[in-house]
Amino acid sequence: MAKIVCKDLKKSYDGKTEVLGGINLEIEEGEFFILVGPSGCGKSTLLRIIAGLEGVSSGELIMDGKLANEMLPRERNLTMVFQSYALYPHLTVRDNILFGLDVKKVPKAEQEQRLAEAAEILGLTDYLDRKPRALSGGQRQRVALARSVCSHAPLCLMDEPLSNLDAKLRASMRVEIRRLQQQLGLTVIYVTHDQVEAMTMGDRIAVLSAGRIQQLGTPLELYNHPANEFVATFIGTPQMNMAVAEVAPEGLVLNGGLTVPLSEADRAKLPMGQRWKIGFRPEQVYPATATSVHDTEVTVVSSEMMGNETLIFFDVAGTLFTARWQGQHRIADGATLHVSLDPRYAHFFDVNSGALLRAAEDLDELGVRSTSAAGAAAAAHIEAAPAAAE
Amino acid sequence: MPFSKKSSGRVTGSGLRTSKSGLVATYAVLTIAAVAIGFPILFSISLSFTPLEDIINGVFIPTSLFLDNYVNAFEAQPFAQFIVNSVVVGVAGTALQILFSMLAAYALVFIPFGGKRIIFLIIMATMMIPAEVLVVTNFQTIRAMGLIDTYAGLILPGVATTFGIFLYRQNMMQIPSELKEAADVAGLSRFQFFVRVVVPMVMNTTVTLAIYFFLVTWNAYLWPLVSTTNNTARTVQIGLRTLNSSEGLSDFGMMAAGAVITSIPTLLLIFFGQKRLQEGMTKGALK
Repeated sequence: MAKIVCKDLKKSYDGKTEVLGGINLEIEEGEFFILVGPSGCGKSTLLRIIAGLEGVSSGELIMDGKLANEMLPRERNLTMVFQSYALYPHLTVRDNILFGLDVKKVPKAEQEQRLAEAAEILGLTDYLDRKPRALSGGQRQRVALARSVCSHAPLCLMDEPLSNLDAKLRASMRVEIRRLQQQLGLTVIYVTHDQVEAMTMGDRIAVLSAGRIQQLGTPLELYNHPANEFVATFIGTPQMNMAVAEVAPEGLVLNGGLTVPLSEADRAKLPMGQRWKIGFRPEQVYPATATSVHDTEVTVVSSEMMGNETLIFFDVAGTLFTARWQGQHRIADGATLHVSLDPRYAHFFDVNSGALLRAAEDLDELGVRSTSAAGAAAAAHIEAAPAAAE
Repeated sequence: MPFSKKSSGRVTGSGLRTSKSGLVATYAVLTIAAVAIGFPILFSISLSFTPLEDIINGVFIPTSLFLDNYVNAFEAQPFAQFIVNSVVVGVAGTALQILFSMLAAYALVFIPFGGKRIIFLIIMATMMIPAEVLVVTNFQTIRAMGLIDTYAGLILPGVATTFGIFLYRQNMMQIPSELKEAADVAGLSRFQFFVRVVVPMVMNTTVTLAIYFFLVTWNAYLWPLVSTTNNTARTVQIGLRTLNSSEGLSDFGMMAAGAVITSIPTLLLIFFGQKRLQEGMTKGALK
């Protein structure tokens, strides 16, 4: 039985604008479920509805098989970790972790036992007598998590819990939260606007935009088969390169300016119609080799060397495209570069509705190519186009 | 290194000169203020230890520690009773004012209900009504309730204070809403949240207001004068006035002694509570 079911859940504050417009989803027990989307997409509202902090305008919220629309937060047997941690400044770490347990009539001895366990798991044993203000951001976050752990509630809601932490700490807390969830068998609903968190932590992800679920699936499903343009550009960093593509006798014309030559085989595989939105993931923009069919010449705007990889930004008739190449490539700004934009590796979307018409092919194979072939291709690129190298 | 010099501008020559003349001006103003404020106090203390004959002869500085003025003050009027009355009215009044202000502010901040803003504005608008205007209606009410010459009659009209509600409201609005939500999720009732989270978190405001309310009640003159007709509930400020009402020549030394006794709690409170009072009035308490 699903732990949480939302049936056509709607929320509106003023009766006119819908913050949530008909949410349907099922969350299984023990699942790490992510709600992701840009600011104002309604993800936090949905979480707060599940917590009981907001009411629903229409639809049904079912928790553990029972209709929960009117249940008070305390009747829902859940915990919540807030973005600001919601620690009580006048209480010690110990009292913050144990907060509310006496209301639930947990015996003193058991409280102590739970405290010891939670503090041990989260490495807070030495800080129990401190006040929150004497803790670092990461430690405060762990206190908030310890409170959830201590309550032994089977459902934990997290509202952007890592957004106040620095990048390094965020990465380690991601691992820690995931480990904790698996260790305790918790059902977690996790709200974030950070698609990296969504991709790395979630069993399943619901991508929200403008109060509606755009797509629901596993991280790789979203990445490999984005349901529409929004999901395609939202999931993945750097984001997918999008352009309007038109088929012409000389090939595929991107944004009315850049022509990519097409083979007969390519033409046969194009989706119905003449004009689409086309999307290339940055790692699917390859350096052209001497034998590349889809060789096209572009002007480099700038490049960023990350050490292990290089991001190259180039102009496609007014739109900035990004290529991500393995290794270190010194490329001067303004240089011309030959890249391969193979339509097989592109996603095609309806130009009006943005719905996916055809996903990129052979992404598994691509994975192999991007690790093994890119190095060789990069070497070929430098030989083939020495003018582009600094 | 012009940049570093600029950034540490306080130690540059011109900065020092400005602060020196500024310092002189500051101290001059402070000295004048200290004399103006301190003189009546020191003069009263001095008079309270000076025999009446000396005062009449224009000697205002005591030559020995003359305590008769204090003894006389306690004998001329039931001064001890006045002090007890003032303490009872002050402590009970303060406690009730704190309680009601806190509860009203809690409702205004944490309990959702319609017309909250309007109600708050109406409450604030009452600040524009001078207390003197209310004396007549309050007197009629208290008399109708049969509370003249009782502690209740002295205390009740003052238990609801706009200032207290306002200060608590501002302070409580700084408590993040997540703390309330976390408490809701944890299963605390509204009252439990009030007692366990809100009350400790507004402690600074409570201390500030307690000192302030106590001083206001202790120093109150008009209402205790109107609502008491005999010495059973009369407070110390009225008692002080009665020292002056004896016929013939006023005993200035005794009056000064009474004034000194009366101002001791005020001085003590301000001395010990000064820091908290400043903090509470200026800072938004805990963050």
